[in-house]
Amino acid sequence: MWDRNQMAARAAKELQDGWYVNLGIGIPTLVSNYIPEGITVTLQSENGMLGMGPFPFEGEEDPDLINAGKQTITELPHTAYFDSATSFGMIRGGKIAMAILGAMEVSETGDLANWMIPGKLVKGMGGAMDLVAGVGRVVVVMDHANKHGESKVLKSCTLPLTGTGVVDLIITNLGVLEVVPGGLKLLELADGVTEAELRAATEATLV
Amino acid sequence: MKKVYGSAQDALDGVLFDGMMIASGGFGLCGIPELLIDGLVASGVKDLTVAANNAGVDDFGLGKLLATKQIRKMMSSYVGENAEFMRQYLSGELELEFNPQGTLAERMRAGGAGIPGFYTKTGVGTVIAEGKEVKTFDGQDYILERGIVADLSIVKAWKADETGNAVFRKTARNFNPPAAMCGKICIMEVEEIVPTGSLDPDTIHLPGIYVHRLIQGTHEKRIEQRTTRPRAA
Repeated sequence: MWDRNQMAARAAKELQDGWYVNLGIGIPTLVSNYIPEGITVTLQSENGMLGMGPFPFEGEEDPDLINAGKQTITELPHTAYFDSATSFGMIRGGKIAMAILGAMEVSETGDLANWMIPGKLVKGMGGAMDLVAGVGRVVVVMDHANKHGESKVLKSCTLPLTGTGVVDLIITNLGVLEVVPGGLKLLELADGVTEAELRAATEATLV
Repeated sequence: MKKVYGSAQDALDGVLFDGMMIASGGFGLCGIPELLIDGLVASGVKDLTVAANNAGVDDFGLGKLLATKQIRKMMSSYVGENAEFMRQYLSGELELEFNPQGTLAERMRAGGAGIPGFYTKTGVGTVIAEGKEVKTFDGQDYILERGIVADLSIVKAWKADETGNAVFRKTARNFNPPAAMCGKICIMEVEEIVPTGSLDPDTIHLPGIYVHRLIQGTHEKRIEQRTTRPRAA
């Protein structure tokens, strides 16, 4: 089984040289630690920045320089800043090659639910709906099952959707699944996980 | 016409009325119009509809206007950092209209640019699409979203000249330009008002045509999530 860092490392293998990429909050943020040697990607932060750098050294935090998770960050030599309308223009306009996002549920048709649990605290979708609608490729990184042990890889989502038919690839602690016509295709098993175990943990149709 | 005012209270004088709609710049606590929010608290104006990406935290930013119950409705994309917001929302005291972040930004930009509505693929097939016109272009569905025209915009920039030509700093730009554009009246607060002519015209982020009143002041600029990395030994 993969841990958070191994899932992030696996997601990083999806990156291609020269891409502009948006990383979501949580495990996706860790992907930036595993960008393969020889590959240059530019990270977009949807609050208005391309070329997101690492966290600042203590004492060098700048309140005017944060990422979409509201964390203090730094800039790089190729950084550019812009306003929120421009930021989502490049997202909606398909200029961002890939988004790597967390999820609560994913369906076999690529539907994504990652913003709201009815009856629980509603925080909002932030930029997630715009990202999944607009970017070239959507990769979801999440645990295969929820806290109650129920599959998060479903025939159809039960939670309010972030987007329909938007997910291309699902990376979980058990393996890698691609969204294809008719269901999900198993591409890879996590270390020490058998196909039978992954199938048993998956409600969605595997083709 | 003189745009520079002495204080937030002076700048807000004569433009406020109960039930008005206000668009605010800022992302989280970054680039928020701190001084004008304090001015709104002091004014006591109420039943506000506020279009802003977030609702501040309990004791800072728009959270201050929630604490005094001056806001009736929020139009936002993410409100997760504010306990008082949640309490008022769950008890039905506060109305909330969720907007996808890019849709909110574009609604402001469009409203300010004379575009009453636009089609976007953001939110198609989700609760956001409920009740909205769907139109198909080139085989893909899009939903109709309305431009926002606010009674008042409150925004924060880094520097401006006396005519309101403004420059923002790093990610504090965020929603400030589109929010400024969509207001019938826009009041801007800056860290420094510089003499007209001292800013390079090629580097202006927001032209002064969008800015009607201008104040200078000191900003707390609170950091919401202070994250650092260790220095190499």
